[in-house]
Amino acid sequence: MSFEKAPTTAMQSGAVLRVENLSAWYAESKALHGMNFDVREGELLTLIGRNGAGKTTTLRSIMGIVRKRTGSIKFKGDELIGRRVYEVARKGVGYCPEERAIFSSLSVRENLTLPPVLQKGGMSDEELFKTFPNLLRRAGSQGTKLSGGEQQMLAIARILRNGSRFLLLDEPSEGLAPVVVKEIAEIILRLKTQGFTIILVEQNLRFARRVADRHVIVEHGKVVDILNAAELEADMDRVQTYLGV
Amino acid sequence: MFDMISPQLVFGQLLIGLINGSFYAMLSMGLAIIFGLMNVVNFAHGAQYMLGAFTAWVLLNYLGVSYWPALIIVPIVVAFFGIMLERLVLKPLQNLDHLYGLLATYAVALIVEGLVRQKYGSTGLPYGSPIPGGVNLGFMFLPYYRLWVVVFSIVTCLGTWLLIEHTKLGAYLRAANERPDIVESFGINVPRMVTLTYGLGVGLAALSGVLAAPVYQVSPSMGSSIMIVIFAVVVIGGMGSIIGAIATGYMLGILEALTKVVYPAGASTVIFVFMILALIIRPNGLFAGTGKS
Repeated sequence: MSFEKAPTTAMQSGAVLRVENLSAWYAESKALHGMNFDVREGELLTLIGRNGAGKTTTLRSIMGIVRKRTGSIKFKGDELIGRRVYEVARKGVGYCPEERAIFSSLSVRENLTLPPVLQKGGMSDEELFKTFPNLLRRAGSQGTKLSGGEQQMLAIARILRNGSRFLLLDEPSEGLAPVVVKEIAEIILRLKTQGFTIILVEQNLRFARRVADRHVIVEHGKVVDILNAAELEADMDRVQTYLGV
Repeated sequence: MFDMISPQLVFGQLLIGLINGSFYAMLSMGLAIIFGLMNVVNFAHGAQYMLGAFTAWVLLNYLGVSYWPALIIVPIVVAFFGIMLERLVLKPLQNLDHLYGLLATYAVALIVEGLVRQKYGSTGLPYGSPIPGGVNLGFMFLPYYRLWVVVFSIVTCLGTWLLIEHTKLGAYLRAANERPDIVESFGINVPRMVTLTYGLGVGLAALSGVLAAPVYQVSPSMGSSIMIVIFAVVVIGGMGSIIGAIATGYMLGILEALTKVVYPAGASTVIFVFMILALIIRPNGLFAGTGKS
């Protein structure tokens, strides 16, 4: 697959996730201040913004890792607020954290096969190794002995096993060499083509605009703008002002 | 000095060392499993071991349930007590400093020991050997029950180690030890896993208690007296290391026994001298980084 711009023809058959007036706290510190956005079936949506804007917190709040939340997060009509993290996962939401969270006590194979198959459509071990051949070559190695790019691939591959069709990817390009970023972008585009719905947190605007259908601009824990791919291309100055680039 | 040491004495002490080491290994393994997953220093572990021995004694003397069924029933009963304890006492403290868990389990240990002492007194209660007799090896007499204890504990330790190091369940436990939130994000019910793991650790303590009942006197203080050694074993082996707990348990049991042969007065302190040396040389434990639960 070539590294080219993603098609913008996401199946816009209605919101699969609807976030309304979402606020979230770390202890007494309020991190989100009433977020509003939705994600459509088959869409690839990015959350972009400066460091500390609340992008990661938004993903962690959807997943339920940040427990102190108000507002509403509806996934396929079901309210996620109040649900435990494992319950959210069992509804078909996969989460790939920014720090990758590769388990040092497990081998690459153990890391990859750790998630249980929760729903139909999860990739088998063979399919995963076929999609990520590097991981097969390093299957017996300790997970944390992989390079940054390989660890990122392992982190993404891992969440494809349990059958989740809605993926939360937190800064998959962070800290990686351009050639590896290109590979990661190709994988994400391939997932999109296969019908996965994805929320991607990104600071790398170049990366984000190549893969996404829509962009949610986040500042100080709030959504300040939502642009589709064409609008972003037409008004890069506006986005760069938001990002302080 | 060594000319005066008879082979009978050495092998006799070696057997005692293996017996003690069996209990050290099983108890410290349970403690390591609990610490590995929950970061709780389970001070109630000794009391749970004592409860295992007492429950076996109660089953035998009040209900006529013999040793062999008790070996299965008692760990389940005491593990259930452990699960209640985790739900009611430890879970509410899980987001606080680990010191709170330590203090809470210490309080539970004192309460349990106090209640048992109140009911049954301080003197030990006898529990007959379920495998009487033994074999004369020429250089020493080997009671069958002690042989059973050593073999059973080795099998239990190896089985638990295999469960944790070479099964999917073990991989969940090891991964949840590192990042419980990420394991939960895979759809695994980590809170339930934590509860059951505590139950497993407590069940292992109770199993050790049943094994110990025919060897030692069943007494309320049997747990508190062994706990200080068990903590030394876990620290020397490496906090949370399963293989470290097992290997160090047997090693220290034998070290303690052999010290009794060459310098009896030093037998009760040699473990702690060894602990200080181990801490200076390898502060994270002799087996740190290997076989983390």
